Amino acid sequence: MRRNPEPAFVDKADLSRRALLRGSAALAGGFLIGIELPPARARADEPLTTGIRLNAFIHVAPDDTVTLTLPAVEMGQGVYTSQAQCLAEELDIGLDKVIAAHAPPDQANYGSPIFKIQATGGSTTTMAWTGPLRKAGATARAMLLQAAAAEWGVEAAGLTTENGVITDKAGGRAIRYGEVADRAARLQPPADVKLKDPSRFRLIGKTVHRIDTPDKATGKAVYGIDVMRPGMKYATLMASPVLGGKIGSVDQSKALAVRGVRQVVVLEDLVAVIADNTWAAMQGLGALAIEWAPGPNAGLAQAQLWADIEKASEGAGVVAGKEGDALARLKDGTLFEATYELPYLAHAPMEVTNCTVHVHDGGCEVWTGTQVPGYAQAGAAKALGIDPGRVTINNHLIGGGFGRRLEVDGVIKAVRIAAHVQGPVKVVWSREEDIRQQLYRPLYHDRLKARVENGKITAWHHRITGGSIMAHWLPPAFKDGLDIDAVDGTTELPYSIGDMLIEYIRHESAVPVAFWRGVGPNGSIFSIESFMDLVARKTGTDPLAFRRGLLDKSPRALGVLNLVSDKASWGTRAPASPFGARRGRGLALMNVFGSYLAAVADVAVSDEGDVRVTRVVVAADVGNVINPDIVVAQIQGGVTFGLSAVLYGKITFAGGGVEQGNFNDYRIVRIDEMPSIEVHIVPSAENSGGIGEPGTVIVQPAVANAVFAATGVQLTRMPIDATLIAKAT
Amino acid sequence: MDLMVNGSPYSVDVADEMPLLWVVRDVLGLTGTKFGCGIAQCGACTVHLDGAAVRSCQLPVGAVGGRAITTIEGVGKTPAGAKIQKAWLDLEVIQCGYCQPGQIMSASALLAANPQPDDAAIDAAMAGNLCRCGTYVRIREGIKHAAQS
Amino acid sequence: MRLKPILLTLAGIALVAGAAAAGVVGWMVFQPGPYGFAAGTPVELAAYKGPAPTGAPAELANANTAARGAYIANMADCEACHTAKGGTPFAGGRAFVLPFGTIYTPNLTPDPETGIGKWTDTDFLNAVHRGIAPDGSRYYPAFPYPSYSLLTDEDALAVKAYLFSLKPVKQANKPNTFAFPYNQRWLMMIWATLFDPDRRFRPIEGQSAEWNRGAYLVEAAGHCGECHTPRNLMQALDQRRKFAGAVAEGWNAYNISSQEVSGIGDWSVEELIAYLSTGHAEARGVASGPMGEAVELSLSRLTKSDIAAIVTYLRSVPAVASDLPKLAGPAAATPQLAAIGDPVGQRIFEGNCVSCHAWTGAGALIGQAQLTGVRAVNDPSGANVTQMILGGTGRPGSPHPYMPSFSRSYSDAEIAAVTNYVTAHFGSAPSRVTPADVANLRAQN
Ligand code: FES
Ligand code: FES
Repeated sequence: MRRNPEPAFVDKADLSRRALLRGSAALAGGFLIGIELPPARARADEPLTTGIRLNAFIHVAPDDTVTLTLPAVEMGQGVYTSQAQCLAEELDIGLDKVIAAHAPPDQANYGSPIFKIQATGGSTTTMAWTGPLRKAGATARAMLLQAAAAEWGVEAAGLTTENGVITDKAGGRAIRYGEVADRAARLQPPADVKLKDPSRFRLIGKTVHRIDTPDKATGKAVYGIDVMRPGMKYATLMASPVLGGKIGSVDQSKALAVRGVRQVVVLEDLVAVIADNTWAAMQGLGALAIEWAPGPNAGLAQAQLWADIEKASEGAGVVAGKEGDALARLKDGTLFEATYELPYLAHAPMEVTNCTVHVHDGGCEVWTGTQVPGYAQAGAAKALGIDPGRVTINNHLIGGGFGRRLEVDGVIKAVRIAAHVQGPVKVVWSREEDIRQQLYRPLYHDRLKARVENGKITAWHHRITGGSIMAHWLPPAFKDGLDIDAVDGTTELPYSIGDMLIEYIRHESAVPVAFWRGVGPNGSIFSIESFMDLVARKTGTDPLAFRRGLLDKSPRALGVLNLVSDKASWGTRAPASPFGARRGRGLALMNVFGSYLAAVADVAVSDEGDVRVTRVVVAADVGNVINPDIVVAQIQGGVTFGLSAVLYGKITFAGGGVEQGNFNDYRIVRIDEMPSIEVHIVPSAENSGGIGEPGTVIVQPAVANAVFAATGVQLTRMPIDATLIAKAT
Repeated sequence: MDLMVNGSPYSVDVADEMPLLWVVRDVLGLTGTKFGCGIAQCGACTVHLDGAAVRSCQLPVGAVGGRAITTIEGVGKTPAGAKIQKAWLDLEVIQCGYCQPGQIMSASALLAANPQPDDAAIDAAMAGNLCRCGTYVRIREGIKHAAQS
Repeated sequence: MRLKPILLTLAGIALVAGAAAAGVVGWMVFQPGPYGFAAGTPVELAAYKGPAPTGAPAELANANTAARGAYIANMADCEACHTAKGGTPFAGGRAFVLPFGTIYTPNLTPDPETGIGKWTDTDFLNAVHRGIAPDGSRYYPAFPYPSYSLLTDEDALAVKAYLFSLKPVKQANKPNTFAFPYNQRWLMMIWATLFDPDRRFRPIEGQSAEWNRGAYLVEAAGHCGECHTPRNLMQALDQRRKFAGAVAEGWNAYNISSQEVSGIGDWSVEELIAYLSTGHAEARGVASGPMGEAVELSLSRLTKSDIAAIVTYLRSVPAVASDLPKLAGPAAATPQLAAIGDPVGQRIFEGNCVSCHAWTGAGALIGQAQLTGVRAVNDPSGANVTQMILGGTGRPGSPHPYMPSFSRSYSDAEIAAVTNYVTAHFGSAPSRVTPADVANLRAQN
């Protein structure tokens, strides 16, 4: 790892397709960065009673405690630490004096330079915020210096700072930030400040301890679900099990007889039970006799959903990328074609959807954990028909986002319920409700065609059919029928592929869709990397050699590929496992989220077709790094998340409703199913890429390719179906 | 009903069938213990009963009897709990942290019962605790680190 | 719970046609009645001097007709079969998947078009006592009319009155999917002639009033034998091996004769009462699957005196041995990881099962989760363990802990492995359930 990397930053908002494709289009979850240090705290709920705000991000108290208001929200990916590292580095303070605060809805100050709205996702935090935060830290420091200089009547240039103290060496005196903050705040911020030279970094680029974890280890951390308000009631809810269904009638009598139940709120599409505690609310809900009016989707079934998307894929697509005349060149020669299909997926973060709301006096107060505070505010305001200025959003730590909290359906439902309740009410979803009433990772259908000449690909056609998330989430990013997220990863391949045509067909079903950790590239990279292996094997080429032969224009891709093949001992056999006699090793490579990753997965396959992943090796070139350990942790976590998807993940529909409901039938990998995960980082001085999601994306094709190697069967619909690779008996 | 939680006595007026999880969170206000599934499949709600890790979401409070309840708020006072918490921070096991109270409770019960657990023992004790963020590889390291401290 | 393989029934009828088989048939046809084992003299109900063994129990002496009718409907446990999964109670549509087709139970609500709204009392009695539909067609003996034959007219009509008090539900009956020759319902006439004596309950002088009440509840209304008594070649209940255990809907309905090793001979009265009225007896196990439904929808709604009567009667049924082993003692407290040699079963057990069942199998949280000492776990066929893993037990939304279904996220091989792991560790003999067995059971659910 390079010692003193210079993080790149995005100065200007750039909503060009290219920028979005690179970084932002992927929103789901997470991203990277990080710190070392004794505990600072992440407690947004403590009001700043004394002290001075120097700018939108920095507040200095008289006791020198610095509260940093962090624009990107913490949901596990470590951004409170990495953002604090950037601010504290330039401000010249240690992280032990830092308290992290959640940013309120405030587009002007906290809107993402990439999305132009206040959103955390797409593995974009580092690329979006490193620059602005360093600048904010440096500006504040300059103002503090200026204030001290004025106090002492000397030139600021002669003063130095260290760990929150300004020193006038010549004058032999020193003053703390807390003592001059008041004066500094009255100064005009300098237009231009010089950022620290990377050679002097103490925090950026270093593995420092996270500031949010000490409270998380002791149970003190407050997530949305932990909010307590005086006089608060507890609620749980149920919406129609059939998509889009409505309430027919509700017999409340038995629910109201449950001890602790106070009230039943019946809305057009859902019913909620309000009680003295969550358990009573859940019992009350179970006791309700609800007749649903299922509506037009009652017949919706998974087989039909698959058939529909297949049919839609035959229609006309919009062009996402084009070079030369791929279609003409795909008329003859040695041609390959394959179709890959990816299921709906639920995010299933460990913290279920929840939101506490108090509607009163024409306004509304909301306590929740959201990746999009501005959307939460707007959604609440619209639900109540009031001005957004009357809605206060108190954001909280998020117990896993993965894209689920990029949607505000949970806030809106809670607000609609709270409008009928006296006093504050905490609405907590059951796990079943959370899994059955989500917005889902879209169903994707990818068809690829390629022409191969002399071991090289010379023409390429990739057509993606699937739902558009951007169309509802960020309409400007859905233009002329093209969803830039859905095709993310397809147009800037690391490979030389000759003439190419990339097309997208928007196909919506009744199932609502949302970003999911790994976003668009989950589908596109899975398909591309599976197809690469298919072509390699059909042409009798080693998958590694085949890829290498196409990487003439991408040294960074070649770098990670070489590193991973070396570390994983490509060319040797996957190790034996008691789990199954058939074993295989699979490879995948990608360039998305501004990062380059390659992965090798080893699998063992039992006679019955059950798959165990025994080892995963990842090589990553993520450009400049703020906190190396957080990069590693995000890759480990991302890989684990992706394993659940490729091995088990599917949401299916029957009778218009989701068939799964809890972890018994929506399976997540457990610790005893885990492979070893090795992460190798390529030293790099390139611009920072994202890292919260790439691990999730890369591991899926790597595992599928390993299963292909082990069984000779390429599975084209995920997740892995044991029956298709069971040994014939 | 009388309960002993983290060494302090509490008296609560709740139905016998109410799972301990909701008594702890909603009635006692100890929100460190988390709700994740309600069906003993995720481990987020893990607490100790006389030192043994149990899933509080499926444990009727009426079945607790006189046994001592320890939650994440109190486990740091036990030697194993303190070691695990420290190892968790030393190795930066935690990501979103939502599953971690349960992970720490399961890991401390394991360590208290088995001071030098091997991989099989770790699997046996920890496989009931899901982590969606994917901290498993560090949980394994963290337990071993704590065992050595 | 009450579905019997009709295939063999029909094959049996073919047998009847062969005169050479007459002797065998005679052995099957002329056998003791369901409670023919009891000493004493059967007398007509009208001639019986003790307190009435039929009707609603003494506790309901002052209840109104509606309440008594509802009670008798509960005694007869109509709801379980006549309710589709997730459907409106009594509206029918529950599927019973058989090798030669699927049979759907009919709508019992008083809707005139799709239900029984137009039925006369005679229609109802013909159906319940004789298995004859109003249009003269014959019911398959999946409908336990040979047992219901024992119900008094009065009680049968009380059930009808109760059904007529329900809200009519318009829900057309689904046709059965039997192909020829199984769709030849008239053949059932022959069967009924042989195996439905069409006789009402006759109490036995010389047995106690409680015993007689128990006999009526068990044999007439509760039709326990339909699941728990083995069948002969003709698919009629083999009363000579009464309550020795049989298979119902892929579940083993265990031996409930007073045999000590394989039956309930060593159960205490308290245990039997707890099991029947709550579905759980400490260290004995949980009523699951069809028996779970029988408890939930019927037995748990019966009065204390009726449960006591059932227990008295059950304990009088002669011991018949079946080949179930003696229950094993408690398993080791810690997992013997090396000894197991079943990595898949162990992995699933440690991830999904230990939280409730504990490594000892003694239950980590509540008595219901105890695996040791439970018959299903000590059944080397493993069928009921597999069934519980597939379907779960208990119900979400009830105030009590329940076990969720694992059928959707685990493969046949994985479910077979965990079944075999559980029986090997906590039972007396390991099961050898195969993925194909699991697939078979899945198909029946
Ligand atoms: S909430 Fe108790 S195990 Fe998931
Ligand atoms: S740390 Fe987020 S779920 Fe485990």
